[in-house]
Amino acid sequence: MNNFSWIAIYPEIVLLVATCVIAIADLFVTDAQRRVTYVLTLLTLVIVGGMHLVYFRGGDTLYAMQRMVVSDPMGHLLAFFACAAVFVTVVYARPYVAERDMLKGEFFTLSLFSLLGISAMMSANNMLVVYLGLELMTLSTYALVALRRDHAVSTEAAMKYFVLGALSSGFLLYGMSMMYGATGSLDLGEVFRAIGTGVPNKQVLVFGVVFIVAGVAFKLGVAPFHMWIPDVYQGAPTAVTLLIAGAPKLAAFAIAIRLLVEGMLGLAVDWQQMLIVLAIASLVIGNFAAVAQTNLKRMLAYSTIAQIAFVVLGLTPTVVSGNTFSAANGYSSAMFYMVAYVLTTLGSFGVIMILARNGSEAEEIADLRGLNQRSPLLAAIMAVFMFSLAGIPPTVGFYAKFAVLQSLVSTNVYGYQLLAVVAVLLSVIGAFYYLRVVKTMYFEAPPEGSAPVSAPADVNALLAFNGAAVLGLGLLPGGLMTACVTAIRVALAT
Amino acid sequence: MGLLSLAIWLPIAFGVVLLAIGRDEHANVVRWIALIGAIVSFIVTLPLISHFDIATAAFQFTEDLPWIERFNVHYKLGVDGISVWFVLLTAFMTVVVVVSAWEVITERVNQYMGAFLILSGVMVGVFSALDGLLFYVFFEATLIPMYIIIGVWGGPRRVYAAFKFFLYTLLGSLLMLIALMYLYYKSGGSFDILTWHKLPIAAHAQTLLFFAFFAAFAVKVPMWPVHTWLPDAHVEAPTGGSVVLAAIMLKLGAYGFLRFSLPIVPDASQQWAGFIIAISLVAVVYIGLVALVQRDMKKLVAYSSIAHMGFVTLGFFIFNPLGVAGGIVQMISHGFVSGAMFLCIGVLYDRVHSREIASYGGVVNTMPKFATFAVLFAMANCGLPGTSGFAGEWMVILGAVGTNFWIGLLAATTLVFGAAYTLWMVKRVYFGDVANEDVRALKDINAREFVMLGVLAIAVIWMGVYPKPFTDVMQVSVAELLKHVAVSKLN
Repeated sequence: MNNFSWIAIYPEIVLLVATCVIAIADLFVTDAQRRVTYVLTLLTLVIVGGMHLVYFRGGDTLYAMQRMVVSDPMGHLLAFFACAAVFVTVVYARPYVAERDMLKGEFFTLSLFSLLGISAMMSANNMLVVYLGLELMTLSTYALVALRRDHAVSTEAAMKYFVLGALSSGFLLYGMSMMYGATGSLDLGEVFRAIGTGVPNKQVLVFGVVFIVAGVAFKLGVAPFHMWIPDVYQGAPTAVTLLIAGAPKLAAFAIAIRLLVEGMLGLAVDWQQMLIVLAIASLVIGNFAAVAQTNLKRMLAYSTIAQIAFVVLGLTPTVVSGNTFSAANGYSSAMFYMVAYVLTTLGSFGVIMILARNGSEAEEIADLRGLNQRSPLLAAIMAVFMFSLAGIPPTVGFYAKFAVLQSLVSTNVYGYQLLAVVAVLLSVIGAFYYLRVVKTMYFEAPPEGSAPVSAPADVNALLAFNGAAVLGLGLLPGGLMTACVTAIRVALAT
Repeated sequence: MGLLSLAIWLPIAFGVVLLAIGRDEHANVVRWIALIGAIVSFIVTLPLISHFDIATAAFQFTEDLPWIERFNVHYKLGVDGISVWFVLLTAFMTVVVVVSAWEVITERVNQYMGAFLILSGVMVGVFSALDGLLFYVFFEATLIPMYIIIGVWGGPRRVYAAFKFFLYTLLGSLLMLIALMYLYYKSGGSFDILTWHKLPIAAHAQTLLFFAFFAAFAVKVPMWPVHTWLPDAHVEAPTGGSVVLAAIMLKLGAYGFLRFSLPIVPDASQQWAGFIIAISLVAVVYIGLVALVQRDMKKLVAYSSIAHMGFVTLGFFIFNPLGVAGGIVQMISHGFVSGAMFLCIGVLYDRVHSREIASYGGVVNTMPKFATFAVLFAMANCGLPGTSGFAGEWMVILGAVGTNFWIGLLAATTLVFGAAYTLWMVKRVYFGDVANEDVRALKDINAREFVMLGVLAIAVIWMGVYPKPFTDVMQVSVAELLKHVAVSKLN
């Protein structure tokens, strides 16, 4: 095999080149012509996303750059969704950032660079590549959070994000160095084989796993590593919140699979236990804290913690009593959950941004009062998102929960089945605060003198499409589920 | 597209169209489209009964398409003698509800009508689903429109009632979801309900499954002591919401017992039958007494519904053909009667804007036509021979006496309590002298209301005088079900 299989990383190369071109081109446009940058960005995303989709369809697994990166269906499928997520983010965000005088070239180039980092994480086959991708992504998002540098809350959020993010990267890097010390390699395949031989010192390995799990948990935002999520979600400009809540979650999921499964499946017994504890803690903290919130962004932040807990749960029932019979089932369920979650979250923040017009924010749940009277379509779309997050059929959120719970129940291990019951009971609490949003939109009268909501046609159309996707995947979830299973099966087989 | 698919998706399609076109400026167009949608949806269900083969217990009008291949979930529909009447009942009551809302709902008419049409299609889906997950999806999806209906068009405490309704039922059904997944796993990857009917399950697992199903269905029925959401939901819901809730949604739970609990976990059902019978009798006796002291008419009928549904579950768990068939007849009859009683309350409420019994008195003097209907439905509610209420109760009591005399005796007290609370309400609301100016100013029902109550009156009397078509259809299926329940599935 040719060690430099450039073909495997064409999408990333295109993305990098296009981003540089956009960065330069943007120097020559005035604020009034910023649409050029916008269109170029969207074009780039469409092309790169399309390439990922083609690669996914091809279904080949290819190593490149001396096995530094891998091109496999899972990476490409996730990267495709990441491109889609950034695309959606940029479209939703344009009117919002324009009103706040943030519509500079930086917004676009930093978004694209963070996508490049995400892409690298998704196709990493080496711990250093994981780390490099992570840093590229997070450094871009730190800067984005601080984009409104004269805005105290945003600056504070950026500071918190940076400090905690750096800490978590440190965790991850420390864990990786432990693994390297124990196994003598950074290549994930090598690490996997080394653990399989049973030669490396088990204590060092477990020590390393603890740090890696902590680092991944930080990025995923599960309790007790969730502290940054509420503050950053609330403090960042909503457009940037949307960016953080979307594609990076997919990347965090990707590195969880790459590191924990492809690298350290041999230590699954250890990290599964940790993940179970993290998941339960997140379900409890996320759900209970979300009930108490009056700020919509903060509520969605806490709800994210609870939602991601389900993804983490999906990673746990995979190596049961020493066999990996149900591995593909669990991982693909988790992946489906993640995609469904990102799809839904993008839409909900999109609605918040549309409402935040004319310079005023619409961050409080109370700002949604009577939305049904002000804009029935927008209210219906938001209601679909809320029901999806609550896991009520026929929305995609239901099948996501169903898939994960099913993977727990199918283990036929009493403990896992109990875990499913606990998760279900806690998600009833979750239903309460999502329903409260629906209540505010539908059951309450709009405030005096509130104008009907209007949004640019492109935003409206995409939002309607987003809502239709959440509902449509709820009626026919089969295709996406099968895609996730295919991706995971191939990833596990190699 | 099969008939059942049409019965499900036609009203949903009409509902979506209504949601899309809506503005209150052309409310009349919306109303007519809703009415046409409801009637057409009802008409497509008629062949289900006219072409129904009563000689077989097999499922008819079946459709089967792969839906989610990943989990081997099928879009599988079919009806048997137990479920077919409920499909018709659902479509029929939707027509009634649309008519009942005609002049009453003036705000966001399109959303109101749309919600009911969508709800109708979804409920037909519950009754005709033969795939566990499909059933669950429909079962849960009913919550969304009802939540909106109660919350948007409901009374002063509507938010509380809507939340209580939603969360209560959600909690119950999520436990059932776990049970469905367990069955999926146990059956080697199948969601087919008919496969589950043949699946041997160990005693311990059967008990857990039984209670998981119980959690979902008992809340929905609702059985004592998990009934507390119902009075709240009924009182706060708009008239149409109460009608659909009482007439059809409660039946989803009872139907679930027949489709899931009894055939899938027969041994646990037998083992815990005493428990179910006991709480059913509590519902009949205690809730009957509770109904007696209500001052709010809607609350009274709500409690009366719980008592009547207690009768249904009682009938199911005495495991004889008379009891089970009686329970089903009672379900259908209760659909007509409770729906009609809520409509009557709605008629009064639209005029006086009070549901308190004390606000009325002597209504018969000013609304003679209406009072005739109201008294008829009240009589049916207390099970007067010749009305539909009698047939079901009589069969269940007979079945119960056949099993155990004392159960039969306690069950029979419903005839006393039912008569007591219903007739006492009738006396205070309709008879006597005109109580106040509000009542004096009442106008009798108009043509729309007359037709709406008239068709229900015909249904109630028809079922009371000649219940044979109903029992004939269900006979074979009930016998098959009981045969199934009698065979142990332990291995």
